Amino acid sequence: MDRYEAMFARLNDKNEGAFVPFVMVGDPDIETSEKIICQLIESGADALELGIPYSDPIADGPTIQAAAIRALENGVTPGKCFEMLARVRAKYPDTPIGLLLYSNLVVVHGIDHFYGLAKDAGVDSILVADVPLREAKPFLDVANQTGVAQILIAPPNATEETLQQIGEHSRGYTYLLGRAGVTGVETAADVPAEALISKLSDYQCAPPILGFGISTPAQVTTAIQAGAAGAISGSATVNIIAKHLDDLPAMLEALNSFVSDMKSATAK
Amino acid sequence: MNQLDSKFGEFGGMYVPELLIPALDQLEKAFLDAKDDPAFQQEFTSLLKDYAGRPTAMTLTRNLVSNPKVKLYLKREDLLHGGAHKTNQVLGQALLTKRMGKTEVIAETGAGQHGTATALACALLGLKCRIYMGAKDVERQAPNVFRMRLMGAEVIPVNAGSGTLKDAVNEALRDWSANYDKAHYLLGTAAGPHPFPHIVREFHLMIGEETRAQILEKEGRLPDAVVACVGGGSNAIGMFADFIDEPSVRLIGVEPGGKGLHTGEHGATICTGSKGILHGAYTYIMQDKEGQIEESYSVSAGLDYPAVGPQHAHLAATGRAEYVSVTDEEALNAFQLLARKEGIIPALESSHALAHALNMADEADEETVIVVNLSGRGDKDLGHVIKILGEDFNGSL
Repeated sequence: MDRYEAMFARLNDKNEGAFVPFVMVGDPDIETSEKIICQLIESGADALELGIPYSDPIADGPTIQAAAIRALENGVTPGKCFEMLARVRAKYPDTPIGLLLYSNLVVVHGIDHFYGLAKDAGVDSILVADVPLREAKPFLDVANQTGVAQILIAPPNATEETLQQIGEHSRGYTYLLGRAGVTGVETAADVPAEALISKLSDYQCAPPILGFGISTPAQVTTAIQAGAAGAISGSATVNIIAKHLDDLPAMLEALNSFVSDMKSATAK
Repeated sequence: MNQLDSKFGEFGGMYVPELLIPALDQLEKAFLDAKDDPAFQQEFTSLLKDYAGRPTAMTLTRNLVSNPKVKLYLKREDLLHGGAHKTNQVLGQALLTKRMGKTEVIAETGAGQHGTATALACALLGLKCRIYMGAKDVERQAPNVFRMRLMGAEVIPVNAGSGTLKDAVNEALRDWSANYDKAHYLLGTAAGPHPFPHIVREFHLMIGEETRAQILEKEGRLPDAVVACVGGGSNAIGMFADFIDEPSVRLIGVEPGGKGLHTGEHGATICTGSKGILHGAYTYIMQDKEGQIEESYSVSAGLDYPAVGPQHAHLAATGRAEYVSVTDEEALNAFQLLARKEGIIPALESSHALAHALNMADEADEETVIVVNLSGRGDKDLGHVIKILGEDFNGSL
């Protein structure tokens, strides 16, 4: 059983959904980011979704763009991210760790090279935000060879053909988009998304976790009541980091209470 | 699945969020339907003729070239309404927007040329238009911002990232991913995800087709070479496309060499040869060793783009077209020469193509017919050139 399967089985036994916070690795710097990531796990995150900083993140709104810029300005590279993730993995052997990133970071040195580094660092899954199913084959092939789960996106406007392909290829979990647009709390997710969730189940897609526009415990509860296996909250989490850049203890405390509140809302 | 091939060899593709795939598929379908629809073609052709002023002239230079073996012609896209070739394809895409039942247009612009062209097409066809422009560019290009607003477009400054063209493209893509049901993204060059490279090329095809007919009429044969500047590559692909299957015609793309390729301050993506993915396509891009996108640089804003259209990448990889680079300084010299010798002030973009053609003319030792695509006029560049040459410029070269 891989880490995602183990997590879903454990949560199922407890009658809970997953709460998955997203942060940018290396935001604002590697050392602080490592403390942030450990805090998220300590505070009850069931899994982590982590960004690798990229200069041109077309699927992200202003909050996550700013996080990437902070990290890049501090010299964060994928290599430094992997070194840090390996330390996190050593400390927390069971928490699923997923990456969310952009294709050019992966192809610049070759897909197999990048996925190999990720696997060695203890990463469980990779979602490439600008690789749709139509371009996914080389990524899926390498993912299957290296044993990293390629996470696929189910958008609200997905065609039957798209859902069927997600059913065939998805591993780990399915990233269910709560709405159109880019990441950010400015526009809330359209939950419940029962119709789409039920279709995903028909096509035997990996368990759907809802993301985009999730910032409150009430949204988490609604998502899980609608049948989602969990909820991802990115911009709301990153906003807490951005607000407390000059006060690390306050930042960690605010993250702790946010994650605890969001996690509490996952009970079915 | 795609009806057209989304790749040019290994280049191109649709590297965009899954969310945008239905919008790109809808666009491909509308484009293919329109191609077969005589009513669409008739409306496009009549706008090109009666509104934009096609066909554009083919001018044989009189004084510019001293080598008697060489005839240097200029394809006069600078005479098109709007002052550049860009008007061709914005009219085509604006008509497609209406055909898809969409009422809004999103566009990006660097220095404001594509934004201005988009604004004029939207004013003409009654479309609501918003244009993303890097905040730095909004400050630097006040006259173009005013032109766009005068024609009813909303200009939205982009502060994200580096606040220049690539960030304006990013922001336009973000807007489109939230509003694709009512808005069309009117991309400004033959780059980006499929089907944009196809569509933009098709809507500029007449540049090469007219060139063929005009040179055949004047010379009784095809040209030996056609030369065009390449940023994203729209004017060049429009010029090249009709000659790709004519092996006797050399296709030469001229990239912006900026301050020199060795300085890193340039936009010569093909000449420097680093492959990657930007704005939806696998192509040649400017990037660091980690794959972060780097800023391009050129004296000419229209060539200042850190990627290139995927068909150019393919034409380069297969050797069918040649790509060279010309520095700011060489382009500025050609800019002045054309003004002085022929009474034509070219765009700084087109000056790059001209500079290379003049080198070719000097070196030719047999009868040679060269056509330069004079893609735009230089009035828009005067403010910038005055700053470089100095207020006390007296015309001596």
